[in-house]
This record gives sequence, C-alpha cells and structure tokens, in this order.
Amino acid sequence: MQTWDKRETEVTEGKSSYVREGVPSYLDERRHSQVGRSVPKVDAAAKVRGEAVYADDMTLPNMLYGKIKRCKEYAHAKIKKIDCSKALALPGVFAVLTGDEAPNKWGIVPHSCNETVLAIDKVRFYGEGVAAVAAIDEETAEAALDLIEVEYEPLPALLDPFESMARANEVVIHETNPDNIAFHGNQIYGDVDKAFAECEYVLEREFKTGMPQHGFIEPQSALASFDPHNGRLHLWSSNQVPHYLHRQLSIVTEIPMSKIRVTIPTVGGGFGGKGEACPNEFAACILSRKTGRPVKITYERSEVFFTSKGRHPCHMKMKIGIDKDGYIQAVDFDNTMDKGAYASWGVVVMFYTGSMVHLPYKIPNVRSYLRNVYTNKPSSGALRGLGGVQPRLAMEVMLDEMAEMMGISPYELKMKNAVVSGYTAANNMYVPHTEYKRCLETAVEKSSYLEKHGKLPFGKGIGLAGGNYISGTAYTLYQNYKPHTTVVLRVDTEGGVTVQCACTDIGQGVDTVIAQFTAEALGVYFEDVHVVVRDTETATFDLGTFASRLTYATGTAVKAAAEPINQKLKEIAGQKLGCRADQLIIKDHKIYSMYETKKTMSWDEAVDIATSTVGTLVGVGHFSPPRRKGIDIVTGNRIQGGNIGHSPTFGFSCQIHEVEVDVETGRIRVKKVTEAGDMGTPVNPMAADGQVEGSIVYNMGAALYEDQVIGADGRHLNPNFHDYKMPTSMEMPDMFINTLKDSYDPTAPFGAKETGEGAVQPTFPAITNAVYDAIGIRFYQVPITPEMVLRALKEKKEKEAGCGA
Amino acid sequence: MKQQISLDINGRVYDLVISHRDLLVDVLRKKLGLTGTKKGCGNGDCAACTVQVDGEPTLSCLTLAISCQGKKIITVEGLAQPGGALHPIQEAFVNQGAIQCGYCTPGMVMSAKALLDKNPKPTLEEIKLAISGNLCRCTGYKRIIEAIEIAAATMSAQEVK
Repeated sequence: MQTWDKRETEVTEGKSSYVREGVPSYLDERRHSQVGRSVPKVDAAAKVRGEAVYADDMTLPNMLYGKIKRCKEYAHAKIKKIDCSKALALPGVFAVLTGDEAPNKWGIVPHSCNETVLAIDKVRFYGEGVAAVAAIDEETAEAALDLIEVEYEPLPALLDPFESMARANEVVIHETNPDNIAFHGNQIYGDVDKAFAECEYVLEREFKTGMPQHGFIEPQSALASFDPHNGRLHLWSSNQVPHYLHRQLSIVTEIPMSKIRVTIPTVGGGFGGKGEACPNEFAACILSRKTGRPVKITYERSEVFFTSKGRHPCHMKMKIGIDKDGYIQAVDFDNTMDKGAYASWGVVVMFYTGSMVHLPYKIPNVRSYLRNVYTNKPSSGALRGLGGVQPRLAMEVMLDEMAEMMGISPYELKMKNAVVSGYTAANNMYVPHTEYKRCLETAVEKSSYLEKHGKLPFGKGIGLAGGNYISGTAYTLYQNYKPHTTVVLRVDTEGGVTVQCACTDIGQGVDTVIAQFTAEALGVYFEDVHVVVRDTETATFDLGTFASRLTYATGTAVKAAAEPINQKLKEIAGQKLGCRADQLIIKDHKIYSMYETKKTMSWDEAVDIATSTVGTLVGVGHFSPPRRKGIDIVTGNRIQGGNIGHSPTFGFSCQIHEVEVDVETGRIRVKKVTEAGDMGTPVNPMAADGQVEGSIVYNMGAALYEDQVIGADGRHLNPNFHDYKMPTSMEMPDMFINTLKDSYDPTAPFGAKETGEGAVQPTFPAITNAVYDAIGIRFYQVPITPEMVLRALKEKKEKEAGCGA
Repeated sequence: MKQQISLDINGRVYDLVISHRDLLVDVLRKKLGLTGTKKGCGNGDCAACTVQVDGEPTLSCLTLAISCQGKKIITVEGLAQPGGALHPIQEAFVNQGAIQCGYCTPGMVMSAKALLDKNPKPTLEEIKLAISGNLCRCTGYKRIIEAIEIAAATMSAQEVK
C-alpha cells in the first residue's frame, strides 16, 4: 500500500504548505493535517475485493424471498377485485399481502403522505404494486405472482401536467386534490413589474426539461426480520435516509420506533432515489411479521424504473430584466412541474426551484409562480441537485443570450452580477462565504474561453455556465427543531478512537470524511479512527443523506464532540508538563505547549492515564442549523415555502464545456470540460474531485440522452439500461477540475462546504450554450437529442434559404 | 430438471446440483456465496456481473451456469494475492479514488483484468473500449481509466498475472 506523508497537505497548487505563511501556527485555525489529505476511502479495499456487503448480498437463516405483483395493464385504473387464493395454495408460498392490510399512508413530507405500501382501490401509474408474496425461493414467488388475479376498470391516463389540469373536472388522480394540482405557491419579493419597466434589456423564454432517473447500479433491496417473541423489527435496506425510513416504517407498521432498528449495509449509489422509503421495505417488514421468518425483497431493474422517484420534468417560463449598466434587476419565473403519481418530495422540490432563482447572482426583485401537478406517470422526487438544475438551465442560457443582445461576453455579465460573501438575497437567503467570482475567473482563464468563444469553426463550440447549491438545509421535513445530527466520540486505550453517527455513505464518502474530521478534531491520524455508522440503534441520530448536508453537519458535530475529550486530555497533560491546559495543542498524536515546544507528551500516554483514572472518554456533539426565515426583507411579509433553500452556506462552481456537433447525424459530443469549484476546504481532495467528475458526466447524460419515455397509454417504454441511455466511458469528455484548494469558509467546520450536488448545476446550460456557439441554434429543452439537432438545422437552413430568395 | 455439474471457479472445483436454466450469476451469488459478483440489471446492460470465463470477460447474468462446465471461471474473489494482498488492478483502483459506491467495481476490475491479460500495454482508447460496457454512475470513469493505466504499468514492471 502506498503511504501518505501525514504532514503533507496541499493547500496551494504545487506547494505543500502545512503551515500558512505569515500566520503563527498556534493561531492558525486552517492548519490541518488530516482534513485536506487525499486518502483512499475507508471502505475502498473491501469494495474492490468484492467483500463489502450490500443488502442483496445478505441472507439470514430460514429466509424467504418476496416479490411484488405490479399492474402492467394500465397506468390509471380502479381495482375491482384481487384474488390471491390460488397463489396462497401454491406449495412454497408462505404469505400474500394486499394493500388493504397496510392502509396507513406514507411519504417523506408528513403533510402530503399519500402513498400506501400497495395500491388500494386504484392504481395511479404503470407498474404500481398491487400485491406481494413471500415464498421459499424466488421462482416460487414469481410463479405465485402469476396466480394472483386482479380485475381492473381502466380510467383515462393523464400524462401531461397541462392536460391533467385541463381535464380535472373529468378525471381526478387523487380525491384529495380535485384540480389535480399537488402543490402550488407564489413567492413575490420586491416589485418585479416596476423593475422590468425600468430595464434596458428584457427577455422572456420558455424551457422544458426531461425525466431522467438516478441510474444507481444497485437496485433497491430490503431484508426484514421480525422477532415475534419481543415484537422487534430489524430491517437491512439500501436506503440513504435511515431516520426518515425508520419514522415511516413506524407509521405504516404501527410498531413504535424504539422497537424498530434500521441498518443500512453498503449502498450502491442513491443520488436521491433512495432518499425516502420504498415499498419493498414495508412489504418485507410486513411479510416478515406475517410469516415470523426473515423476508428479502430485491427489485429487478424494471421495478427500479417504475418506482424510483426521478427528476421532475419542468415547463418553465422565465423573464429577466437587466438595466442599462448591465445589472440584473428582476426575474419572473413560472414553473409547471410534472409530479407523476404521488407526492414524494414534491412540495420541497417545487419551492426549491423558486428559491434557486435567487443565487448565484444579485437580483433585487424576484417573483415565482410554482405549481406541481399530478399525472399518471412514475412519481418524481429527489434527484441529485434537486430543484436547482431546471431553473439553472433557464437562467444561464438566458444570460448567455442577453449578453449577446448587449454585445458583451457572458463572462463579463456574470462577473458583474455574481454574489459576494456576506450577500443576503431578496428572499433572505444569506451567503456567508463565496468564491463564485474566482470560480468564473479560473475556469475562463484555464479554458481560454474568451479566446475561443464565438471564434471556433462551425460545428465546434464553447459554453460557460455557473451554479451553486445548498450545503445542508435549515429545517426538518416534520415540525421539529431537534439537532439534525448527533455525533458521539469515544476514546480509550482499548478501542482507540471511535466515531458514532447514523450518517449514510452512498458512495459519496461521508464515512471517510467523518473519519478525517474526527482525526483532525482529536489530533490523531485518519487511520486511527473506527467509524460506526448507518444504524439507528448502534449509531446516533442523523437526518439522512440529502441536500448535500453531511460534510457541514458531521463536521460541526464532530468538532463539538471532541471538545470535552480534548479538555480532559489537556488537563491531564497540563499537570504532567507543568503548564496551563488552555495553552496546549493536540495534533498528530502529540500534546504540546503552543509557546514552549519542549513541553510535549504523547497523546497515547495521556489517553492511557485518562483511561486508568477516569475511564473511557466520551464526547457528544450536535449540529443544529441556523433558523433563518424566508421573509420579504422590505415588507417583512412571511412567504409560503420561503424557508426552503436556506442553508448554513453554499457551494459554487463554474463549468466550461467544449462540444462538437455532427451536423450529419445530429449527435453532440462533449469533448472537454474545464471546471472550477468553491467547496470551501476540500476535506479529501481526491474524493472531492471524483465527486465533481462524476457530477459532470452524470448531468451530461440528462443533457444529451437520458429520458424516461412514457407511451400514449402510460406504459413505461424504456425501463432498462438498454433503452435508457447513460454515458459510458466512450462518452466521457476530457475533464480538467480546478477546485479552489485554498477556499475556506470561516463559518463552516474546518472551512468545508458541499460539492456533491453543486457540481451538477452548471452542466445543462454549459452544454446548451456550447451547442449555440457551435451551430448558432439555441435549444430551450433538454435532453438535446440528435433528432432535435437535425430538425433545428433543417429549419435553420430552410429559413436562411427563404431569406435569400 | 436438476442436474449435477462441476464448475471450476477461482481454481477450486465445486460439485453442484443446478437447474439447466440457472444463470451463472445466481449460482455464484446464491449457491456459492460468492457475492462479490454484483447484479445490477439482469439484462446484460450494466456489466456489474462481469467474470472471466476461460479468460474472456463474460456477463454472468446472461450466461447459463451449465454452459460453463469444463471452463475456468474467475470472479473478483479469485484476484486475491498470497497473504490477502490486493491485485495491482485493485490497488490502483483504491489509490486513484476510482471507487465511490463500489457496486460497479468488481465488474470493472474483471473487465480490466481481461484486457490486461491479453494486452499488457493498452492505449487509452483500448482501455476505454474495454470498459465501455461497464456502467459506472458515480465516478465519471476518469479515475477508473487512470487506475487501469497505472495497473498496466505496475503489472508490466512486476510481470503479475
């Protein structure tokens, strides 16, 4: 194994600087040795050996296999009758479950819970579950599904949000929403109409985005074991929000949370798709309770497509006003979203699309009209960068177009309007720290954007876009102000250093990040830390993996938890060294006086003394986000949904894409991407750059190919990786990642912010702008398919010929 | 209909009773507990289930176990070196940060091994092509490709198979 010099921390490019120039080391809060190290992930070796245990790799003694019967006939239909008698009679079948046996509604947002484990009375999308079986093996379970007879009465399938609103008098998807509108909200900050009247440049455009899905490679899998003797339920499941799953399981099964334990094994990707409970989890638990035996339900890939809640397709209208000096004065935003069949994260995503308009540019007047509409399609929910990427596409493409109207470079326009540290947006969102301008500068310089833009030969183009994302949320989804994350640190001679927190690594690397934070906070090495995570019983409370919250949340909690332990060790060392405890520093396994370096003792010795005298040292730390309110600063009015989007801090980035458009085939290829990102301190620079590279290719897919296709009857036409096209190694562009390594948010723990979702934000518009630069056609829709390109080129040619004649 | 067969997996011969329609991936995972081989799509689209059969990278979710009699099967578990050390391909994946969620990793590693066994000094394009059937959703492929380049160099230097 490669070894790392523990003192080598890259702070500035090409130069190892463990100590910053001009800052006395004992005063330098940025003098990190473990944060900022590029170390392999804690679980990398187990994963590469094939030894990491994912949910479907598990078996328990006496385990049964569960399967779910799905409606493959209709996208919208009344269930007249379900007859399970033949299935139950099949040898090897232990239990059958139908929706009426678990009628309690679940959902991630408590006030809009409208899903049941299995459909009751009617199905609302193609592939919805109607019954489940538990059998001795998968073959028997599948055979049993075929024996379940379901009688349907078809209803008209509404497949478009506008059609759904128009035909609400005739077809209603949920009785609770007679207009078929799941949620709507208006957010008005400032006087938009007055501002537009005073603007020199005003542009209005309409945009449409597709329906991509997460595409995690590991299908959902859940293994439940109910113990009838003590009434306790243990669920192992591939999920990214163990707490919200825990809570929903309790609601549906009516077992108190204290008798349910949720353990998350290794997770094979989530991207938001495992960011709420999933019917297989409930079904496995209930079937286990019915049979008294463990039950595992693993999804086929098609079931993942039917049930995972992908990105909301958005129909957006945006109007931007810029004054004669080039400052953005007003934005008017109207968004009609395709909710699909069930509520899911819908209300949250909807208000996010409104709040995301407010950054990363200074806009004094913003108005958003938002609605999220039920249709008979797969439900939309949380997908990487939720609520951000759609309005980002609109704004960045329009600013590119407006820069052209104004005769200036898009770079100049964006630099002029970019937010700066300490900015408070019109909706009261506060940005404590940003290096957004430096992101723009760096990417432009490294890519030679100004030299290339508008000057490349026909068919080749370069496009610039920026973006930002939240670094954690301000509120829980249910009314509660409890801490969002709790960390327990334990130090003694037997176990060394242990960190406990039920945070969930879905591949993004929080297990490694929390170990680095712990090592830094306690003054030991990353390699010393034992990580106990992903379990609601053995680890401490955490809200879950979403909203790019874990780096900030765990970092804050770890710092707080380390304090009492460090204090105790300093007191012990102070007595031995004959100096004041508050003048001691703990770093790299040593405790020493900040003034007299001779006065030093080993950390391990101090721990030994502590363990022998007072016993194991334990520290508890919490993270509670600041409670900012979304109000209109001028009028003081509170605004519905205005609290969504507030975050302790924000990450920023800029991407410049260079594309080639094949005018014969219409195919767009992204050849080169130059990125510059402000994520505060990169905790693990290697993993952080990996997040950015992954983000770029991820959203390149949804910009160019990925879209779930629903037939005229509501049937899902591409529920597999063969017809749903994701980028492969052959589509990968050359990527140049220029993370600002010296960025440091003084308000954030160890200076660190998010990067996992911020880096997907600029991809749509950067590609769209590059395509315009290449062929002179602006697309207002993603994915930009070869068919769209060819049609647009043909129309352009005809138009030009027409003008000539 | 069940039948008794023998399969040579990672140098060990297993006697098994299987149905003629059992897939290799299911036999590996469910009958033998070799869960390092992953199943991501069941359709041959993602290649998370890649193993080597007589040296060829093979999608075990599209391969009938019965058709592998008399052939040499190598799974990710078969890459273990004496003393539990990592194979150079595995080591490069770890050190380059080529692993995020890890679900595609065993398949990627096996595709890389099949490439390097035949072509010890592949070009960048050859590496990209060799893993073009393996879907990874986390990394954007860059670090995986770099890892394979590094592994090729290490293996050439050490003459590792």
